[in-house]
Amino acid sequence: MRHTLAVLVENNPGVLARVAGLFSRRGFNIDSLAVGRTERPDVSRMTIVVEGDDRVLEQVTKQLHKLVDVIKINDITPDEYVDRELVLIKVNCEPARRGEIMQVADVFRARIVDLGRKTVTVECTGNEGKINAFEESLRPYGIKELVRTGKIAMLRGNRSTSLDGKKDDE
Amino acid sequence: MQMTAAQALIRCLELEGVEVIFGYPGGAILPVYDALCQSGNIKHVLVRHEQGAVHAADAYARATGRVGVVMATSGPGATNLVTGIANAYMDSIPLVLVTGQVPTSQVGTDAFQEVDITGITMPITKHNYLVKDAKRLPAIIKNAFHIASTGRPGPVLVDLPKDVAAETIDFDYPKTVKLRGYKPTYSGHRTKILEAADLMMKAERPVIYAGGGILNSGATAELMDLAEVLSAPVTNTFMGLSGFPGDHPLFLGMLGLHGTRYANLAVTHCDLLIALGARFDDRVTGKISSFAPGATVIHVDIDPAEIGKNVRVHVPIVGDVRQVLRGILAHLKKKDRSGWLEQIRQWKEQYPLTYVRDGRFKPQAVIEKLSRHTRGEAVVATDVGQHQMWVAQFFRFKHPGTLISSGGLGAMGFGLPAAVGAQIGLPDRLVILVTGDGSLQMTMQELATAVDQKLPIKIFVLNNSGLGMVRQLQELYCDRRYMATRFKFVPDFALLAKAYGLAGHTVKSEEELDRLLPGVLSSPETVIVNCLVDPEENVSPIVPAGHGIDQAIDC
Repeated sequence: MRHTLAVLVENNPGVLARVAGLFSRRGFNIDSLAVGRTERPDVSRMTIVVEGDDRVLEQVTKQLHKLVDVIKINDITPDEYVDRELVLIKVNCEPARRGEIMQVADVFRARIVDLGRKTVTVECTGNEGKINAFEESLRPYGIKELVRTGKIAMLRGNRSTSLDGKKDDE
Repeated sequence: MQMTAAQALIRCLELEGVEVIFGYPGGAILPVYDALCQSGNIKHVLVRHEQGAVHAADAYARATGRVGVVMATSGPGATNLVTGIANAYMDSIPLVLVTGQVPTSQVGTDAFQEVDITGITMPITKHNYLVKDAKRLPAIIKNAFHIASTGRPGPVLVDLPKDVAAETIDFDYPKTVKLRGYKPTYSGHRTKILEAADLMMKAERPVIYAGGGILNSGATAELMDLAEVLSAPVTNTFMGLSGFPGDHPLFLGMLGLHGTRYANLAVTHCDLLIALGARFDDRVTGKISSFAPGATVIHVDIDPAEIGKNVRVHVPIVGDVRQVLRGILAHLKKKDRSGWLEQIRQWKEQYPLTYVRDGRFKPQAVIEKLSRHTRGEAVVATDVGQHQMWVAQFFRFKHPGTLISSGGLGAMGFGLPAAVGAQIGLPDRLVILVTGDGSLQMTMQELATAVDQKLPIKIFVLNNSGLGMVRQLQELYCDRRYMATRFKFVPDFALLAKAYGLAGHTVKSEEELDRLLPGVLSSPETVIVNCLVDPEENVSPIVPAGHGIDQAIDC
């Protein structure tokens, strides 16, 4: 089963290497990992999607906790949460077919962000399923280049996984 | 107070109560050594190779219960530490290592003697730091000692660029640590403690399986109370040896690959396995599905990640073994288990730990004699291989922390520098090194350190002119195709002793050893006793690869 972990870490140099190194040497599989700043400048947040059964997840969580730079870990998989990915896709496109691509983009509420002589670059955000579907819709035109951010996620409602937040909204 | 970061570092070490540093100087760590020279409050032990420094500091920590401190320069100085750091990490030994680094402006340029030591040691340190801001150094050193010595202990490395060390800072040593991501759990969960106590009272055939955590948490008295109140037999992991008296009637000896048959049988047939500060290592469990198959498992460990890692645990208790045991003991009543103990007595009688006495000079006999002559009072450092297992089997340890050996990593070459570190930590104790001709040749250069420091270590080389443990594996698993396990040349260790100005003896029989031993053990000097033992001798019993621990064979 795939799990989504919200991991708060010290904003220290090398913290990404520590986390990535841990996953590789313990043989845990990362599906995606996104990292960036949070509401506090001294804390970064990693959203890690990891594949494994309950035992693997228990080990992943415990081993992550052993890293001194890891402050807090929440497995938000069973909770209600919003998750998003951003994708940029550069599609082959003769000027005559731009309209067609724009129609596809409209369906997915994606935006054209750049035009080349024979290409169109589109930006789309959404959950993983939507991004996958969008990618498939553009594939017939010939995808020249594609880049995805990996998933970021946040709990819905009042609940929060931030440093002072309570996942259980007591 | 204004001072350089290098001076601040030494001041921090003084404030941490550091008395000894094991190290080797070099270019990048020059400012630190200069500051050390000006302070004069901390003894520096100059080794002959950085690996010697880290093993010595590791053994010093094991022998004294304090944090071992190591210094080395950048590049090769730092990489020479790697085996020793991994060793301390595997055996959960508290170390703080300070390495010099090239100046910050050169970091990342493949400068002379530059190596990314924080990157290299990431998987083998509990934590590490590259100091970029001199002002942060005092807090980093405070954190380093705190992290190394609390929770599950381990090595912490601080890499200090040369220019940072030379910067002037306003010195202020923090009184507390601020680490939001590091908060070890010491007291066990109350309901789990009650559950464990209840199971202990109800069990019919309990076995206590005690590891190095017993020694790290200082829980040997509590372990004794637990065993005696429950009338439960105790088996030690290799790391746990010396945590329970070797001559106690409830003691089963070591379990696992080269464990006693009665320990392995007791674990296989127990209905309650009480795991204390142990980690179900593969050398302990053998085939995991046949390990304690009918047992309910209670696992007490300070590292939550060890619980449930290798086996399914019914009652997990995260906490300091000593504190948890105190909690459990409050809920126990004296229990008599004559049936179970009678069964164990029978196993002990049926499968005693022994060896064939065929007139040849047996290595096991050397260990038995050392144990008898010292009445188990010595501190015994070992290297890695057959001799190490014979010490584990035949030396009857009396006091906690008196076996100093490389368990998890199994690093040959640990022994001699470890004996150096142990003797420096315990100057008034008898320190014996039991080593092999293979292991000793890996770090033999530290003989010079022993002479420098006037350490009266007694070195017993169980010399079989080869790599006995691997030879034994080749006999067992490679159809006696012996490959690269026989030395064509072995130095004369008695003559080598002379080169270092030490007393050296070669003995070829038990009788010779008997005559020599009282004099050697009471000598105030470093002595090498080169024991030319039977090279064909095997460590027995052994659990063949892939088998359950009750399937041990003689070999």
